[in-house]
Amino acid sequence: MNLFKDSDRSFDSCLKCTACSSRCPVASVRPDFPGPKQCGPDGERLRLKSPDFLDEALKYCTGCKRCEVACPSDVHISDIIADAKARYGKGNKFKIREFLLSHTDLMGTMTRGTAPIVNAVTKTKTAKVVMHKALGIDQRRQFPPYAHKSFRSWYKAELEDKQVFARNVSYFHGCFVNYNLPELGIDTIKVLNAMNIGVQLLKKEKCCGVPLVANGFHKKAKANARFNTDSIEQAIDSGSECVISTSSSCAFMLREDYPRMLGETEGNPHQQVNYITRFLTQEFKNGNKPELKPVNLRVGYHSPCHLIRSGGVLHTLSLLREIPGLQLHQLESNCCGIAGTYGFKKENYNTSQDIGEPLFHQIEEGEFDYIVTDCETCKMQIEMSTSAEVIHPVSLLARALDV
Amino acid sequence: MRRLEADVVVIGGGATGASVFRDCCLRGMHTILVERGDIASGTTGRNHGLLHSGARYAVTDGHSARECIEENRTLKKIAGHCVEETDGLFISLPEDGLDFQKQFVDGCASAGIETQVLTPEEAIRLEPSVNPDLIGAVRIPDGTIDPFRLTSASILDAREHGGTLLNYTKAVGLIIRLGYVQGVRCCDMRTGEMFEIYSRQVINASGAWCHEVMEYADLSVDMYHSRGALLIMGYRMNSMVINRCRKPGDADILVPGDTVSVIGTTSTHVEKDQLDNLEVTEDEVRVLLAEGSKLAPSMMDTRILRAYCGVRPLVSETNSSGGRSISRGLVAIDHAEKDALNGLITITGGKLMTCRLMAEVATDMAARHLGVTKPCETAKRALPGANLPEAMGRKTREARKTGYSLPGSSIPNSVAGSAVYRHGDRARNFMKEDSNWNNAVVCECEVVTRGEILYAIDKLNARTLSDLRRRTRVGMGPCQGEMCACRVAGLLASSREDGEVVLDSLHDFVDERWKGVRPILWGDALREAEFSYWVQEGLLGLSSLQKDEAKPLLEIQEPESEETQCEQEAKQTAQKDTHHEA
Repeated sequence: MNLFKDSDRSFDSCLKCTACSSRCPVASVRPDFPGPKQCGPDGERLRLKSPDFLDEALKYCTGCKRCEVACPSDVHISDIIADAKARYGKGNKFKIREFLLSHTDLMGTMTRGTAPIVNAVTKTKTAKVVMHKALGIDQRRQFPPYAHKSFRSWYKAELEDKQVFARNVSYFHGCFVNYNLPELGIDTIKVLNAMNIGVQLLKKEKCCGVPLVANGFHKKAKANARFNTDSIEQAIDSGSECVISTSSSCAFMLREDYPRMLGETEGNPHQQVNYITRFLTQEFKNGNKPELKPVNLRVGYHSPCHLIRSGGVLHTLSLLREIPGLQLHQLESNCCGIAGTYGFKKENYNTSQDIGEPLFHQIEEGEFDYIVTDCETCKMQIEMSTSAEVIHPVSLLARALDV
Repeated sequence: MRRLEADVVVIGGGATGASVFRDCCLRGMHTILVERGDIASGTTGRNHGLLHSGARYAVTDGHSARECIEENRTLKKIAGHCVEETDGLFISLPEDGLDFQKQFVDGCASAGIETQVLTPEEAIRLEPSVNPDLIGAVRIPDGTIDPFRLTSASILDAREHGGTLLNYTKAVGLIIRLGYVQGVRCCDMRTGEMFEIYSRQVINASGAWCHEVMEYADLSVDMYHSRGALLIMGYRMNSMVINRCRKPGDADILVPGDTVSVIGTTSTHVEKDQLDNLEVTEDEVRVLLAEGSKLAPSMMDTRILRAYCGVRPLVSETNSSGGRSISRGLVAIDHAEKDALNGLITITGGKLMTCRLMAEVATDMAARHLGVTKPCETAKRALPGANLPEAMGRKTREARKTGYSLPGSSIPNSVAGSAVYRHGDRARNFMKEDSNWNNAVVCECEVVTRGEILYAIDKLNARTLSDLRRRTRVGMGPCQGEMCACRVAGLLASSREDGEVVLDSLHDFVDERWKGVRPILWGDALREAEFSYWVQEGLLGLSSLQKDEAKPLLEIQEPESEETQCEQEAKQTAQKDTHHEA
């Protein structure tokens, strides 16, 4: 099933300049990956001749979209590759694994009440070997621990009745905040409340669809897009100024990819979705800035690929610069290598770690108190592969309120 | 002076000449083919690449229609790797009405062409790029054929059966003694060397230029040269051939050929002295786009790669008024019978589709004179490369889902598949696991490997960059040689001794690519051209490598003999940016 409504002909504008391939993290560590130009615009011309020309190497694409950032001709390289995999691909032997990894909300729901057991089990050697052998999930990979109580239930129990403000926004928390890191959701509410803005949750939300798309579940991704769009529309109708997200990838999906997946939607609800730092920077600029106390830390900022693609790094950086006392170092722009569910797969593990190596090295050399980044899977990867602790910019901001 | 001998000399290395060459060799005649440029560099290389079903002529020219459908079936059998069985649609638009469709279906029936009348919805489902305003469509067994590959495979077969190919050799005169054509005087266009080939039969298969050869014997023919312009679109927009269901007109055929689609053609008269000097005009481009987008509206937003035109060698039997009304039927003249000049046969008219049939007719004539009784085998015998095992590549519409690959190979599908697509089972000659860098991709747009380039130099007589393009598609993609031209020049230089000659051929290649881009220089094509200029001129300094203009390319001897005239011509050929082709 095609992911996007209109078939993508942007490859026709490709100048063959090869800027994309020169910026591809995978091509730099895997000589057998021909790079985004060959897999994307070049390959698409061949595949229009016959699906036989589909190269198996396309599976190594992480979907980081750095090629699209490099492209001077606005070719949707990463989308073309993802679409080709889904359209012509003959599937693979790890169907169960792809299902488990991509249905993040379902997995989260299943751990409700059993999180401590699940966390303990996924840490055991036996479980890791079983997952490696039976499912193809690399045994060296660490699973993010599930929270004992989901963010949503936390909100319902403790936060909901406190959200009485003149201004309100709705929060698309996403699976990671809900099941793995409710603290980030709580910090977000703390920061926004300090700015006299109330936070509502969407009536219901499903996984934004990023992992579904990456694993070829396009139909499900489209269904989720429709579902979430309804929730967003409902939230806007009932008085929210906009919808915010604390995940750079979810925000990109909701804002940029949904309209292309669903076609024109009346009133452009997707344009009401903002990544949190973009929203906060705008508020700060308009004078709505809470009092911030110094945070005397030395931090390194890692820019996630999808935030680069959506042009949001600027907002996060200017937000961090507002925190007094913070020693901010921008790390070189390198992909961390995990690319969502990609790095969990055993055939990708080495590629994933090789891609991340320059970043890990810089982090270890830098002697930072924290690494700051916007993306949940970058956090998993950096915490697993280095000795650093990783924190979201909003959580850092929340500390400035506390100290 | 050097003298060669042969049973038959064929003049002209287009599709017809190559087919004659093959037919003669298969019948055991010792044959030499002379071609003044490269194979398929005239009309053969400048057409749609349409494997006609004959349906286009079903109403106006029943004889041609029957010839076409018969050859259509034959080519599918013998040239599998040059042909794609895409099928085609004849669509009726509201302005055309459905009256012609009735006549059309009847015409096809009487020519023996199978048809299937479709509803507009069915047609759109089969071919999503078709104009959605259509009011009716007929499905017919059109397909695509690669004229370069067909010519190259015919020549390869001939050479494997004892034939000799002399490309870049111009026939400058006929040796006529006592009413008998005894051979051909030739000039090697590279060195300027004159030599003679003595033969028992000369077959003039020089197509649009056949009057020139006939003039060597003071004969004439009433040729009507009809020029047709075409545009190459950036990618394969359609998967079936799309025709207009009406009387043949301008820009009413859109053919999906290899990685591109081709829209054409126009039909205007061209004077004899302008045959080697063809450029597509602004008006032609405008007409092609305006009419073409009625077949497939997305054409308006699609990049055009280049424009080119060719000349149809039509023979007017009456003083006809226009190119479209003259029959596409073949014309075979045995000058022994017609003009009492023994030893010369002319084969012209016709079309790409009927090249094999034309060759059979001409070779039959020659065989009769030489007392050769071995019958023609070309309709049954597969061309080299066409013996594809089922798993390697099947070209029917249905089989395209599973087709091109090199079984048991670890080479990526796009690389191995492209080689199989172009060379059929002969791809095994250069696509090997243990490749010594031979599987490195040289042309990224069309996926041509180092091995394929070296194979074309070694086995397919390629001597210049443009020759390589005709045999491999190198430089025919969206970047028009921007990325691969210099890589290929490097490979050519490493296998030829004279680097200077290769440099010249690089310049010719770049100029010739530019000539095709010039008429359509806007949008992405303009951006591409500018980027090419940065790379080739700004980065690599191509023009600074050019030889001093004042220095002659060939050493010219005293200007008095016949040879010198020829040398000058050779020099001109070398300097001229040759032709722009598909």
